[in-house]
Amino acid sequence: MNDSSRQDLAFLRGMTGRRLGRRDALRLTGLSAAGLALAACGVQGKSVARPTSSAQVESEVDKYWSGKVKNGHIDFANWPLYMDPKLPELKEFTKRTGITVNHKEVIQETTSWYAKIQPQLAAGQSIDYDVMIVTNSFQLTQLIKLGYLAPLDHAQLPNFAENVGERYKNEAFDPGNVFTVPYASGMTGIAYNPKYVDTPPTSYAALWDPKYKGKVGMMADSQEIANFGMFALGIDPDKSTLADWEKAAAKLEEQRDSGIVRKYYDQSYIDPLAKGDIWITQAWSGDIFQKNLSDGTDLKFVIPDEGATIWTDNFMIPKTAANPVDAIMMIDFFYEPAIAASLTEYINYVTPVPAAKEIIVEKAAKASGEDKKTLDMIASSPLVFPSEDDYAKLRTYVTFADSEEHKKFESVFQPITTS
Amino acid sequence: MSRRLRAALTPYALIFPGGIWLAIFFVVPMVVMLSLSLQSGSVEEGYAFAWNWHSYADGLSNYHDQIIRSVIYGLASTVIQIIIGFPVAYWIAFKGGKHKSLYLFLLLLPFLVSFVLRTISWQFMLSDNGILLGPLKSLGLLPEGFRVLATPYAVIGGLAYNFLPFMVLPMYVALERIDPRVLEAAQDLYASRFQTFLRVVLPLSLPGVFAGVLMTFVPATSDYVNASVLGGTNTTMIGNVIQNQYLVTQDYPTASALSFTLMALLLVGIFAYAKALGTEDVLEVAAR
Repeated sequence: MNDSSRQDLAFLRGMTGRRLGRRDALRLTGLSAAGLALAACGVQGKSVARPTSSAQVESEVDKYWSGKVKNGHIDFANWPLYMDPKLPELKEFTKRTGITVNHKEVIQETTSWYAKIQPQLAAGQSIDYDVMIVTNSFQLTQLIKLGYLAPLDHAQLPNFAENVGERYKNEAFDPGNVFTVPYASGMTGIAYNPKYVDTPPTSYAALWDPKYKGKVGMMADSQEIANFGMFALGIDPDKSTLADWEKAAAKLEEQRDSGIVRKYYDQSYIDPLAKGDIWITQAWSGDIFQKNLSDGTDLKFVIPDEGATIWTDNFMIPKTAANPVDAIMMIDFFYEPAIAASLTEYINYVTPVPAAKEIIVEKAAKASGEDKKTLDMIASSPLVFPSEDDYAKLRTYVTFADSEEHKKFESVFQPITTS
Repeated sequence: MSRRLRAALTPYALIFPGGIWLAIFFVVPMVVMLSLSLQSGSVEEGYAFAWNWHSYADGLSNYHDQIIRSVIYGLASTVIQIIIGFPVAYWIAFKGGKHKSLYLFLLLLPFLVSFVLRTISWQFMLSDNGILLGPLKSLGLLPEGFRVLATPYAVIGGLAYNFLPFMVLPMYVALERIDPRVLEAAQDLYASRFQTFLRVVLPLSLPGVFAGVLMTFVPATSDYVNASVLGGTNTTMIGNVIQNQYLVTQDYPTASALSFTLMALLLVGIFAYAKALGTEDVLEVAAR
């Protein structure tokens, strides 16, 4: 949910775009014509060409990192429940390096977070965070395109090079990991409450089944529903076209208009699922796993036969960060297998460090009772460590060429959820 | 400074802080929004001013359903609030005795809790198998598939609940000001209690009702929290659409155009309403 405080002054300030220069200010005070005042409020955007050759990348990296020094502090913007609240990993990091970390759970949603930081970044100001976690999305692509992110110096990321699985290097949204490196990945699939759903669903058709009328939850996010509509029709979202989107939209509209969908949710679908307000829903893998572990519920998550979506949350450093050297040290620290394992044990999302699995298996062998059960569950869960077969069924979000295409996409799918 | 000059300047000095505040936080954003609504471009290329009236036409043609729905929800919730609120205001004003302020405080007490939290607490109360519907269903008084959440009724109910004090307070103020001697006079002239109410109390309370309607109908119509927390499919209000256009699509021109359309609609509605009630000066009544 978005509370109104998010649309704060920074946002309005951003709408006015560039700072008023002296001449502009004079012109404004004159207010010779109302039209002039109106025109002064343009919103600036500046697309920056992505460095194409490796030499270009290198020179960008050198330019950014030369003269930057360690300052002993990091401000870290993360999502809620995306790290053990006792912060064991960060404490270990501080113990080893002396760098203190101020970890804030301030990101609730990619879109609203982007809307919040974009004005400051556009004005070349600090957003008060040195490192943040953003999901691959249209907004992430924009952060890169508009030149808001620091190019990463891979010489300072030895653990990344050594420990991260090939699959998580070179992702389509940031080839060569020039600006981003993965934090964790997750899947969007179907979750259900076995108290009400007796036959485990294996296909997207279950979400269109009239016997669950009024008890089906879908997500409000256009990308998520779009993918589900396409999977249900056997279309590969990676290769989809405008015509495919329209077909998927029609399918989703049919589902809504026949009263099957109860509501389009943000992350708030979990409680209604546990309470029985909805019986079967679109869901993110880690959410269901976490809910079961923390509240003792018995919710189930399945990856349907047609396939599912995989997304990646990524570390990135805003160009205007005050402490980039400290930030990149911390990022690399998270790729130590032991640290990755410890993080995974809490968040239950897919780790980009495959070696973490062995560590968890070893730990499980030494543990006993409830702990052992939990650790075994994590190590054997396809939601945390997907097999090659699982990966073969996973697809990514639609990547947009430009904002025009994104607008088109939204105009096809948004009317479904904002009916 | 002569006394005369000072006397002449005093009103301006008094209005200065408020005026500056309004200029910075109301007029400037309005101009910015108006400008935005007429711009064209994209997030990457930037938006430039272009007298682009398209956004208004597009907004209206794509979202007229949501606009109409918002007005209907706003009206429905306002009517409910009058029906619930008037007896409360009447009772506190005439029967509250020396505890009047205590009752008013009790009325406001729930509103010390955050707006969003209050709305979410409705989710718990009204959940399909929750504390309210669960027992009724197991007693067989309600069919298994019955639900309140994710329906228009939940949204309208939430709106009525959330804005109720803004309806009760002005009505209370109007009722409280009624001179008891007027009521005595009515009785002296052999009016029955019902006639007294209908011909004396009710007309005298109308300015309060009028102000209450202004203070609840406008925010209820543009609200987006209730629809997103308590609504389901086909309950989206125009506030949700505007929020979506700003934050998700980042189509600032359409979002601004929709905001202005909504504002214009509400203004026209309010003035028509004032005319119909025979109150020429809307703002003075609202301030009373």
